[in-house]
Amino acid sequence: MSTINNSRRNFIKTAGALAIGATLPISLVELAFAESSQNFTFAYISDAHIQHIKDNRFVRNWDRGLIRAVAETNLLTPKPDFVMFGGDLAQLGSKPELDHGAEILSALHGNVHYVMGEHDYYLDLGEYWGKLFGPQYYSFDHKGVHFVVLNSIKTYDDWTFKRWPTAEQRMLEMAGLDNPNGSPFMVGEEQRVWLKDDLDKIDKDTPVVVFSHSPLQKIYKGWNFWTEDADQVQALLQPFSKVSVIYGHVHQIQYNQIGNISFNSVMATAWPWPYPQAYAQAEQYLPKLTVPMNRADPFFDRDATGWQFINMANGNLDLNYTLYNNTSRIVRYNTDKKSPEDVAYQDEKARIVPQTHY
Amino acid sequence: MRYALLPVLVLATLFAQKQADTKPLAEPAAVNPQSVPDKNNLLGLPPVPIPANNPQTPDKIALGDKLFHDKRFSVDGTVSCSKCHDDKQAFTDGLPVSVGHHGLTGTRNAPTVLNAAFNQSQFWDGREPDLEGQAKQPLINPVEHGLADHKQVLEIIRTDPDYLATFQSVFDVSAKKLTIDHVAKAIASFERTLVAGNSPFDRYYFNGKSDAMTDAQIRGFELFVGQGRCVSCHTIEQDHALFTDNRFHNIGIGINQIQQDIPRLTQAFLEAKNKGGQVDTMVLTDKKSSELGRFAVTDELSQIGAFKTPTLRNVELTAPYMHDGSLKTLKEVMVHYNNGGVDKADERVNDFLSGGIRPLNLTDPQLNDLVAFMKALTSSWSGSKYVNPTPTQAAN
Repeated sequence: MSTINNSRRNFIKTAGALAIGATLPISLVELAFAESSQNFTFAYISDAHIQHIKDNRFVRNWDRGLIRAVAETNLLTPKPDFVMFGGDLAQLGSKPELDHGAEILSALHGNVHYVMGEHDYYLDLGEYWGKLFGPQYYSFDHKGVHFVVLNSIKTYDDWTFKRWPTAEQRMLEMAGLDNPNGSPFMVGEEQRVWLKDDLDKIDKDTPVVVFSHSPLQKIYKGWNFWTEDADQVQALLQPFSKVSVIYGHVHQIQYNQIGNISFNSVMATAWPWPYPQAYAQAEQYLPKLTVPMNRADPFFDRDATGWQFINMANGNLDLNYTLYNNTSRIVRYNTDKKSPEDVAYQDEKARIVPQTHY
Repeated sequence: MRYALLPVLVLATLFAQKQADTKPLAEPAAVNPQSVPDKNNLLGLPPVPIPANNPQTPDKIALGDKLFHDKRFSVDGTVSCSKCHDDKQAFTDGLPVSVGHHGLTGTRNAPTVLNAAFNQSQFWDGREPDLEGQAKQPLINPVEHGLADHKQVLEIIRTDPDYLATFQSVFDVSAKKLTIDHVAKAIASFERTLVAGNSPFDRYYFNGKSDAMTDAQIRGFELFVGQGRCVSCHTIEQDHALFTDNRFHNIGIGINQIQQDIPRLTQAFLEAKNKGGQVDTMVLTDKKSSELGRFAVTDELSQIGAFKTPTLRNVELTAPYMHDGSLKTLKEVMVHYNNGGVDKADERVNDFLSGGIRPLNLTDPQLNDLVAFMKALTSSWSGSKYVNPTPTQAAN
């Protein structure tokens, strides 16, 4: 064979190697798993916001986002050990929405764990959701890691039980952004007591991963990027040497480190936040926490949405984001800096300048 | 400002020279007898991008022309580039998928070479970045020209004194130092001359000739940029239109038929690729792997079943349509899009469908108007020695 053909082969091989990690992790078997049998991956899909129109009609866009994420998750190699669904399966918490969403999710191969979102909860306070998916908070152990699922989107009893004439109105009020009638999310005392008890049984060197719908940190109250008792929950987690919190709700990529706790958000399959600047009607006060995302293309329904698979290596998390119409991103725990960081965009200078809308 | 004006002046000079031998060869007159074609082949096109390492020269273009039409560069002496990119058929072959040596068929529809110079990537899956890279692959593909390797191409050239003399004068390269890259550069230079604007649409839109398009075409154009959402991928800019975003989309063609096989196919494909398999061979010799589309090139899950947005210029002349040639007429294409990515409205939409493809709720007369507009994109093309294509073979 000619040298030309050989060099073509080499090129393709190299190109394939470069693609690994950002895309289908076919070689993670060799790269990450060779060192320790305790390393594993799981997939994370969140914020599908399945929305009922009437009869058997649902918003097509949200359906397609969840269907696509499920289909792609099923192609992961190696197969993830389990799949998380991060909350807001429904838009307004109705049975048709939860049923329809559950049907789409039923195509997932393997074990699925569910997190409660406010859009699932505030119609019937999680009753039907519980019938479909089980308890609202719980913990489980997997390959030496302690996983905790919290319902972080509860709020003051007065708001929940005494404020609203109908369950439907309660749901709508909580679904709104910048709503003066809204109320901040919280984990609440009952779950904090349970959490303390649950964690007391765990060795402090055991890696702990907490799944919540809202950020267990205070970012922006107006959009409930916020958990009112976040500080108290964090205090229960700080004694552990390796703690990660993964949350949905924010529909964008965020990461942060507070003490021993690494925070990572996951993407939505439904729509992106923040909204394109061109749509903002007033000055925005969202803290500059995120790498600015290019303006979502109004034509491509999937633009600025996505899902992620998560590589758990030595107790730390790498989040691999699959982003439609955008470059895939990886947020990896940096063991030197002891915090998560985007592998491509950690330097201010290296960031993509947000697109200006004319 | 002076610098900005310069290219415009150069182009204007170029056009002035070309006007002398211009005559309309497609038939805008039949479309609209009132319209007087503007005598500018490049109306509606941006400047042709010429790579710095492969400048255009008349001799190089002529050499590329000869290479492009030379059947000797194939295992059975029957396949030239022009076999599937036929000058007389708008540089396509009119077949669903192309036929190579010994009647072997590939898996993909031959795209027109017309205006391929503007593509930001080549092939339906974009696996080569430029025309030079593209020209090298079919020569050694087992179902196209079928040569074992590029050495065989060079050996054929070395038996032909005319070729050797021309390569010597064009590239200043001896027979010994000749490489496949010289061959590719010459072919690419020739292909960069195959550019064609100046359609009724161009005269209507860029020259403000309101009678250049028929009423149906004008209605179709309004749908194209409006309810039909076509323009989101088949783009039109303020001063030119290439009708492609140069991106890759899963629009529900081909992939719809292999949905059950995707887990097995993606897995097997990546394993084969990691073992050194070549993408062009794998996708052109296996129909099902071909449907993986852009995924085969990038390994990205989000590009399963995605193919490059083709230009729509001269689309009237390039039936059948889509990467697999599965749609015979432009009307079938419109129906597919109107259904939201399925040929029949009750078919199952594939899980990986690109965002943006959704039912359009267009009526049958509206679909016909869109087809009419497609026919306003046929160039009044001149300035080439080739017999210009006529739109008769497209049974629309």
